[in-house]
Amino acid sequence: MELTGADIFVRCLEDEGVEYIFGYPGGAALHIYDALYRQDKVKHILVRHEQGATHAADGYARATGKPGAVIVTSGPGATNAVTGIATAYMDSIPLVVFTGQVPTMLIGDDAFQEVDAVGITRPCVKHNFLVKDVKDLAMTIKKAFYIATTGRPGPVVVDIPKDVTADITEYDYPDAISMRSYAPVTKGHQAQVKKAAALITSAKRPMIYTGGGVILGNAAESLTEFVRTLGYPCTNTLMGLGGYPATDPLFVGMLGMHGTYEANMAMHECDVLIAVGARFDDRVTGDLNKFCPHARIVHIDIDPASIGKNVPVEIPIVGNVDGVIKDLLKAIRASKKKPDAEALAAWWEQIEEWRAMNCLTFDRASELIKPQYVIETLYKLTDGDAFVTSDVGQHQMWAAQFYKFDKPRRWINSGGLGTMGFGLPSAMGVQLAYPDALVACITGEASIQMCIQELSTCKQYGLPIKVINLNNRYMGMVRQWQEFFYDRRYSHSYMDALPDFIKLAESYGHVGMKIEKPGDVEGALKEAIATTDRLVFLDFITDQTENVYPMMPAGKGHHEMELGPCSQVVSTNRELA
Amino acid sequence: MRHIISILLENEAGALSRVAGLFSARGYNIESLTVAPTEDETLSRMTLVTSGSESIIEQITKQLNKLVDVVKLVDLTEGPHIEREMIMLKVQAVGDARDELKRLVDIFRGRIIDVTESSYTIELTGAGRKIDAFLQAMPRKDIIEVVRSGVSGIGRGDKGLRL
Repeated sequence: MELTGADIFVRCLEDEGVEYIFGYPGGAALHIYDALYRQDKVKHILVRHEQGATHAADGYARATGKPGAVIVTSGPGATNAVTGIATAYMDSIPLVVFTGQVPTMLIGDDAFQEVDAVGITRPCVKHNFLVKDVKDLAMTIKKAFYIATTGRPGPVVVDIPKDVTADITEYDYPDAISMRSYAPVTKGHQAQVKKAAALITSAKRPMIYTGGGVILGNAAESLTEFVRTLGYPCTNTLMGLGGYPATDPLFVGMLGMHGTYEANMAMHECDVLIAVGARFDDRVTGDLNKFCPHARIVHIDIDPASIGKNVPVEIPIVGNVDGVIKDLLKAIRASKKKPDAEALAAWWEQIEEWRAMNCLTFDRASELIKPQYVIETLYKLTDGDAFVTSDVGQHQMWAAQFYKFDKPRRWINSGGLGTMGFGLPSAMGVQLAYPDALVACITGEASIQMCIQELSTCKQYGLPIKVINLNNRYMGMVRQWQEFFYDRRYSHSYMDALPDFIKLAESYGHVGMKIEKPGDVEGALKEAIATTDRLVFLDFITDQTENVYPMMPAGKGHHEMELGPCSQVVSTNRELA
Repeated sequence: MRHIISILLENEAGALSRVAGLFSARGYNIESLTVAPTEDETLSRMTLVTSGSESIIEQITKQLNKLVDVVKLVDLTEGPHIEREMIMLKVQAVGDARDELKRLVDIFRGRIIDVTESSYTIELTGAGRKIDAFLQAMPRKDIIEVVRSGVSGIGRGDKGLRL
């Protein structure tokens, strides 16, 4: 059947099984918007800013595992989308972002709303395309979804000039695709798996360190079986939370700059490190010269370029993490060599000693609301089963520390790029995917203002998100660094002239609540959770001086953590390594 | 160490800028870069000269391989190979210097491809070091213009970089 480019576009989305497309119309995208109007299979969600569209699609992708789809117009539509594209790129999230473009004969003429979208997005996409002929449109869209969702996932941009959406051609959507220049490795090398199994079972002080790859690769179940079979300690990165159940005793908490004392100390002292779907980010490793000085390292990742990038690795295994873990487990079970139970017991004894320091202790007697208490209470009231999105800063770290994620894809945050403004729009994507689920956006008064216009979108589509605003009147993480490293010179980190968030929420048609006393926290949260049909904006007025502890300052090692004022330092004299 | 990386690339708009962008974004060196279509019109062949430690070169080849437009690549410096570069050099040539220049060109097995009353234009092909040596031998004050093609390379033996 002959169709216009715009109709082909919509048919491709249908054939890809796209449920929602997040977007904002404009001149170059008008043919496409007309085609969207004339169908009812793909639902379009109108955001209030293109950044919101990319974050919403991103949240949808993270929560469901399906690719997120975005449509924006040319020029400013495309540039506004860039922050969200870069956010998805850094966290390897599958997105397909369609940008309208000026007609092909005007490209390069500095036409109205023209920007080189392919050029601007090139450094922050997995791949991108400019479609110059309607005959290439369907195949290009097929390739875009294929590239975005396979291998190490990532965003793909497809730039479509307006004339291409008006031109007519035969519609034929390919079922399958293969590309000579793109064939990601999926199965781990069996000889490497055997070598790794031997090293893993020979460990005396093992440590399993897992990242976002476990979530993206749907490997949480096999990872859990792997960890429990071995009885080894497991830590997750910020992106990997939920990859292993946080309430399990083998879980030692998050690692890295604001990780737990026990996780970081165990990293420092371990003799075999098993890294799974993690990329040795600087916020995780600290000073590379002090990183895991005693460890022999196994690294499993789908992306060969992630292996050996920051830290030399003894046994690299490239492949789909789920498959490799299963292969490893099989090899370990088949092997006669069993882990040294005595050494493992001694190792656990040491870890429990570190854990006994209770590094996440905070002042519960305070008359001010402690942000940690709010998150802890949210955790308790939701049985740890909510979807939690966050923005970026102190509240993000507290959410990661105090909300214990037992399941993957429940914790949605911008880890790599650290994009303030991510929380609310990503929560929209999650809520659309799971209309009946409790979706909480943990944010701060600074971050929320970066995409607060999306409160309007939430009203339009009736998204009953719970916005947990930890309002300390400061860019908290900036203030914390200024307190620690800049002699308390609080340069431009104070949030003066804040809006009345209650009135603001109400003016958008939502429910607003202001909570100023610790005694009111639980009641307010209960009431918000019970309000299942409305967005509730909870403005918690929190302690302005609270800092995130423990902390491994930049340039330090895992064993050089600074503990908070409430944690007790227990000296350990045991000889290790 | 200096490495010569040979790449088969999809002959698509923007493929070259993906490679160049990768190098600038990740702070890798490019000493020279040449690219042209091959006998298969869907493919371009690129030769890229870079330098760095073993771990940096490993990252460079991995990151290049990750680019969707890169079909295949080989680090020529890992095995026996031939490298060639062409230079076109325009120099002042008047009076006695004309004979001296001609002799120098012969020694380096170059050719004079354009002549005026006051200048020669010389063409010379060879490995980078030979070109460097030739340039060193030229009287600096007489050089009017230098055009170097950048390095191309091919592996020795009967095997080739192809699909």
